[in-house]
Amino acid sequence: MEEAAEIALTVNGETVSARVEARRHLVDFLRLDLGLTGSRLGCEHGVCGACTVRVDGAIVRGCLMLAVQADGADVWTIEGLSDAGEIAGLQDAFVARNALQCGYCTPGMLLTAAEMLKAGRRMTRPEIREFLSGNFCRCTGYHAIVDAIEAVMAERFRD
Amino acid sequence: MTDRPEAAGRPLPRGSARRLAAGRGRYADDLRFPGLLHLAFVRSPHAHARIVKIDPAPALAAVPAAKVFTGADIAAVCTPWQGKMDHLPTLVSPPQHAVAVDRAVWQGEPVAAVAAASRALAEDAAAAVAVEWEPLPAAAVRDRTLDADAAPAHPELGGNLAYAAAIRAGDPEAALAGSAHVVEACFSFARHTGVPLEPRTVIADYDPGEGRLTVHGSHQAPWHQQDTLSRHLGIPEHLVRVVTPDIGGGFGIKLHIYGEEIAVSAVSRILGRPVKYTADRLESFISDIQARDQRVEARMGVDADGAIRGLSVDALSSFGAFASYGRAPVNEGMMTISMAGGPYANGHYEGRLRIAFQNKPPSGMYRAVGQPIACAVTEQLLDRAAHAAGIDPVEMRRRNYWAEDAFPLRTPGGIAMDRLSLRQCLDRLVAMMGYDALRAEQAALRRSGVYRGIGVATFLEMTAIGAERYGPAGARISTQDGATVRLEPSGRVRCVTSVIEIGQGTLSALAQIVADRLGVAPEDVGVVGGDTALAPYGGGAWASRGLTIGGEAAWRAAEGLRANILELAGSILQADPAGLDLAGGAVCDRATGETRITLAEIGRIGHFRQDTLPPGVQPELAVTRHYAPDDVPFALANGVQGSSLEVDAETGGVRLLGHWVVEDCGRIVNPLLVEEQIRGGVVQGIGGALFEECRYDEHGQLLNGSLADYLVPMAAELPDIHVGHVETPLRGTALGAKGAGEAGTVGAPAAVLLAVNDALRPLGAQVSSLPITPEAVLNAIAAAA
Ligand code: FES
Ligand code: FES
Repeated sequence: MEEAAEIALTVNGETVSARVEARRHLVDFLRLDLGLTGSRLGCEHGVCGACTVRVDGAIVRGCLMLAVQADGADVWTIEGLSDAGEIAGLQDAFVARNALQCGYCTPGMLLTAAEMLKAGRRMTRPEIREFLSGNFCRCTGYHAIVDAIEAVMAERFRD
Repeated sequence: MTDRPEAAGRPLPRGSARRLAAGRGRYADDLRFPGLLHLAFVRSPHAHARIVKIDPAPALAAVPAAKVFTGADIAAVCTPWQGKMDHLPTLVSPPQHAVAVDRAVWQGEPVAAVAAASRALAEDAAAAVAVEWEPLPAAAVRDRTLDADAAPAHPELGGNLAYAAAIRAGDPEAALAGSAHVVEACFSFARHTGVPLEPRTVIADYDPGEGRLTVHGSHQAPWHQQDTLSRHLGIPEHLVRVVTPDIGGGFGIKLHIYGEEIAVSAVSRILGRPVKYTADRLESFISDIQARDQRVEARMGVDADGAIRGLSVDALSSFGAFASYGRAPVNEGMMTISMAGGPYANGHYEGRLRIAFQNKPPSGMYRAVGQPIACAVTEQLLDRAAHAAGIDPVEMRRRNYWAEDAFPLRTPGGIAMDRLSLRQCLDRLVAMMGYDALRAEQAALRRSGVYRGIGVATFLEMTAIGAERYGPAGARISTQDGATVRLEPSGRVRCVTSVIEIGQGTLSALAQIVADRLGVAPEDVGVVGGDTALAPYGGGAWASRGLTIGGEAAWRAAEGLRANILELAGSILQADPAGLDLAGGAVCDRATGETRITLAEIGRIGHFRQDTLPPGVQPELAVTRHYAPDDVPFALANGVQGSSLEVDAETGGVRLLGHWVVEDCGRIVNPLLVEEQIRGGVVQGIGGALFEECRYDEHGQLLNGSLADYLVPMAAELPDIHVGHVETPLRGTALGAKGAGEAGTVGAPAAVLLAVNDALRPLGAQVSSLPITPEAVLNAIAAAA
C-alpha cells in the first residue's frame, strides 16, 4: 500500500510538480526523481550532513525531511547554487586549498559554509569549526576546509 | 633548456576538485541502468545461529514481484572462498559463502538476498522473509575467546585459535632481567571501522548473450574484484570488467571481498538483469570490515642512561568470524609484532602473536594496519622508561634511534630499513611545536591545577608493499601498477593508469609527473583510470602505493614515449634524436632550446601523415610500462608526531590543543596533496585514540550501529594540524617517492595517548586502552587516588 501525494515546489528556481510516495525523503526525491545527484546520502539518520540542502532560505538535512513536506517550498541544491554562481568564491577556495578529497561531503560542506557567510562577518577558527560540527568529513581532517572558509571570510568581510 | 618550473614538487590543485565541488561527482549510486533491480539482504539477528528454515512466502505476499535467494540459491552459481595464505599453512579459516548457508556467524551476516524494482520494495520484502533460527553460543569477548571453556566461533574448527606466530632476536629475558628500569603495560585497542562517507555500492550487469559481466562499484582494488568474480562465478576473466566511478572514500574498507557484493553479481547472473546494492549506514556498521581489536602486553628494559636493552610484546588479535579473503589477514597482528620497537636500536626482542576468531564481522585492512598499535605500544613504553630513568622524552628518543651509520639494517622484528631521517624529523618537530615553551607552559599551568600533556611519538609507515610480501601468500593481488601514456594528434597527452582514485589526488600527481617528462603543462595531460578492461593491469589503491608504484610506472611510460617522440622527430627533421629535447609543448634543440617542431605537429604527422615519413618508420605514440618494487620489499617512510592537549580532571574530557607532524615520504610530487593526506590520516588516528569503538555485548550484539552512537571526529573537537617535511628520496626508483597515505593514522594515536598520560602523570594515573573515553580517564584518576 503505497500512499502518494501530489506536490508542487520550486527547485533551483524552477517549478516542479510530482506525485511522490509519502515515505520518500527529500533527497531521494531530488536524486531519484529529479536526477539532482549532488545531494548525497551518508547516514540517512541526520548526523553526517552529506544531504544538506537549502529549503526556504535555511539549510536542512534533506534525509530528515519528507518530499511531501517540501510541498510549496523553495529548494536549492548544490547544482542550483553552482549554476547561479552564488557559491563560486567558496568553491574556488575549496579547490585552491584542496579542501576536498573524495568530495562526497563537499556539497553539504559548501551549503553549510554558504550559510555561515550569511552572518556577514569574519568568524574565528573555533567558530567555523563549531558551525561545521554537523558535517562529517572522513577524508580531510577539516583543517583545509576551515582554511578555505576563513580565506573567503577574510576576503569578503574586510574590516 | 626550459625556464618553466617542473610541475612535480609544486602544490597544484587537483584537476577533479572543481567538478566535485560543483556536485558533479559521479559515485556508484548516482549511475543509472535501464531495467535495474535493487537488492536488499535479510541479515542474521544473532551473532551465531543455525538457520533452521527460510520461508520467502510472506515476502512474496508483501511484494509479489520480489525474488528471494537463499544462501543455497547463491551457492549454486558461486563457489565459497577461504581466507588462507599459502606460506602460512597453520592459518585456518573456514569456507565463507557470499550468503550464509546453514549457519550465520556474526550479527548482520546476510542469509538471504531479495531483489525488487526499488530499494524500498526490496527492503519491504526482505523484512517480511521469515527465518527460523536456532541460536548458538557466541565467541564475543576478545580476551576470553581462547579460554578453554569459550564458545567456539566455528564448532568444526575445534577452537578459536586461528593463527599463532613468534619472532625472537637475541636474549630478551636476560636483557630485561639485566635492565636498570623495566616498564610494562597491558594495552587494549578497540575494534573500530573505517566509515567512508560513501557506503559500499555495487551494480552488476550480466549479459547472458555474450556471457559478459560488467560491474560498477565503489572499490579500491577492481582487479582483485575481477579475479574473484571470474573464479567464483565461473566467468572467463576476459569477460569480466570492473569499473570504478568516483569513490567516496575507502581507507581499506573497500578493498575487500564482501559477500553482498559478490551476491549482487550472482543474482545478476541468475536473472540476466542489472542488479544494485548500496549499503545503508546501519548495514555498514554490521558488514564493513572491522579492524584493530587487540590486547597487547609489553615490557621494555632500559639502562640507567636510557638506552633500550630489550623489548617483549605479546599480542592477542581478533579476526572476527573469518580471515579476510585474498589479502593478508594476519597483518593487523603481524604488523604489531614486527614493527614494534622499529625506530630504536635494540638487539633483544621477543614478539608473540595469537589470532582468535570471534562471532563478529570479518576483520581486515583499515588504514595503517597494525602499525598504530606497534607505534602506540613502543612509544608509550619509551615514555614510561624515560620517566623512570629521569630523562626528557625527546632526549630519550634521540638517544635510542638507530645510529645514522647503522643503515641499511634489518630490525629484530624483521623490518628492512634502507635509510631513515629520524633525528632530522625529531629536530624539526621540536622546533615546529615549540616543545620547550610548551613544557614551560605545562609546568606553570600545573601549579594552578590545569593538566596539560605533551606527547611526541616516532612512527614508521610501511608503504608500497611489493610482491615479496603478497606473492608467497598466494594472494591474487598485483603489487605492480601500469600506465599507458599516449600523444594525441593535437599534441596533448593522455595517460591511462591502473591506479584508483579515492580522493588522494593521485591522478593529478600522475599528470604532473608525465607533464615533466614530456615538457608539457600538467593541464595538457588527461589522466583516467578505474576500468579493468581498458587500463593496464594493476593493484589499485591500497598500502599507500599510488605514487611510489603507479607514479613510477607513469614516469617510465612517459620516458618511453619521450624517446619515441624524439626518434620520430629525428626522422622528420633529419636530426640526431640525441640532440633534441622536449620543452614547452615542442621538440627543441637540446643545446640552444630553439623550437624545432611542436608536439601538435608530431601528433598530426605521427597519427595522420605516416605517408610522409621515411620508409620503415613506424610512429609509436603510445607506450605502456609497469612497475613493481624490485630491490626492496616495501618503501619505509618515517616521521614524528606531537600532540598538546588538556585533560579535565573533573569530567575526564580531553581537549586537543594542537597537533604537529613532520614526515618523510621521500620525494614529494605535490605538497598540497601530501599534507592533506597527512591531516586526514591524523584525524582518523585521533578518532581511534579518543572516540571510535564498535561496542559489542557479550553475546555479540552491536550496541552502537549508527553514526549517532559510533562517535567519529567532527570539526569542533579537532585542533589545527601543522605539517612539515623532510625529503629522503627512495632509492632504486626514478621518482624517489614513498607513500604518505597512512602516516597520519600510524602516529596520531600514540601521540595522543602519550599526551594524555603525560597530563595524568602528576595525578598518579595512567590509561592504556584506546579509545580514551572520559569514563576511562575518570576511572584511572579514581584508581590512583
Ligand atoms: S544523510 Fe542526512 S544527515 Fe547523513
Ligand atoms: S572529502 Fe571525503 S568525506 Fe569529505
